[in-house]
Amino acid sequence: MFPLLQLGPLAIRLPGLFLLAGVWLGTLLVDREAPRLKLSAAAFNNLVLYGLIAGIIGARLAYASRFLDVYAENPLSLISLNPSSLSPMEGAVIGLIVAVIYGQRQRLPLWPTLDALTPALAVFALSVGVAHLSSGDAFGAPTTVPWAIELWSARRHPAQIYEILAAGAILLAVWRVRASAPFAGFLFLLWVALSAAARLFLEAFRGDSILILGGLRAAQVASLGVLLLGLILMRWRARQEG
Amino acid sequence: MAKWTATGARLAWLTDTRRWLVVVIAVLVAGGGWIWASAAPATGTYSERPPSPREGFMAPDFTLDRLGGGRMTLSDLRGQVVVMNLWASWCPPCRAEMPALQQVYDELRERGMVILAVNVTYQDGEAPAAAFVAEYGLTFPVLLDRTGEVGRGYLLRALPTTFFIDRQGVIRQVIVGGPMSEATIRSAIEPLLEETP
Repeated sequence: MFPLLQLGPLAIRLPGLFLLAGVWLGTLLVDREAPRLKLSAAAFNNLVLYGLIAGIIGARLAYASRFLDVYAENPLSLISLNPSSLSPMEGAVIGLIVAVIYGQRQRLPLWPTLDALTPALAVFALSVGVAHLSSGDAFGAPTTVPWAIELWSARRHPAQIYEILAAGAILLAVWRVRASAPFAGFLFLLWVALSAAARLFLEAFRGDSILILGGLRAAQVASLGVLLLGLILMRWRARQEG
Repeated sequence: MAKWTATGARLAWLTDTRRWLVVVIAVLVAGGGWIWASAAPATGTYSERPPSPREGFMAPDFTLDRLGGGRMTLSDLRGQVVVMNLWASWCPPCRAEMPALQQVYDELRERGMVILAVNVTYQDGEAPAAAFVAEYGLTFPVLLDRTGEVGRGYLLRALPTTFFIDRQGVIRQVIVGGPMSEATIRSAIEPLLEETP
């Protein structure tokens, strides 16, 4: 694990840098995918940009709203570079809402838009895995397998490497299928279903799972739900287009 | 034409109701079975995890000399929320956040919170550390890590680094770098203070 790159007095956070690289590579792919699906690349870049900005601002505001009295005393603290005072989930939801509103106003068609974004999402998922490897987050359960790695005071499954391999395989699959997708929305739903299946399988090797109902791993239950929803939507789209 | 039939055949598992149901049931059985098989024993509490310097693990214990005399052991503070700040007198962001730490200490110490300012004395010096503490009028305990045992044990990579430790001795948040604003510090401590000892 190598979370910081020390350049003289400058400590660069590598996990954040990997995520940023993921977003950047993703937008490059969007630029390539949008014209192929006869969508405006400019509108797409704006969609990603507005979504990201709204997401970051939303994440900070959501965090501050949990500690209203603290931030009311020091409103200037709202503009801090500290990433630990962000609420990522709320930020993601707000960013998504803004992106959807922008997409609707630009009359971007929903399913082709999601298809065009899919390779970018797959690249971003890969960069999340690399960021996890770099920070030591999303770590594995203790194990005795020969490929175990020493992390957080135990020999553990290299869960981050599993995550990277799975995301890489899914990216490859999505990239190969993209030109021959049978209907609009197929590519996106395929990515969702494969990612959910991968998480469902790999969560079993994680050492930081949130447990519900006496030991079930919450992420697995949610992934199974997402996977089924993906199959239902795929059938619905296939019949619509068929 | 040929392409259409190929696509049609490829999609049959989606459009043909019976085949699709077989796929869904197979996913449900395999997925549900895997979830059941990989369920963790319902114990998994924090305290069973080995001490390690990251969120969700017990804070590694240590005993250090206090600036101005005496010794202090981290585990003796169990039951209180501990904010452990690793700093050096030559580090500008450490300087910048000390007044905020002092402010928060004054406001919240009554509710069962203590700040441990661990000076990385092996990369600093006792005299500059003492001058720094006097300059800022710090009233919380300042510890001297002369050998680097805490710096190494906590995988210190950047100054300042701050660990927020709950009443059970579990690290709940790590903030690398600074300066932290008073709001950041307080919003990290408040939820831990709310928890019952």
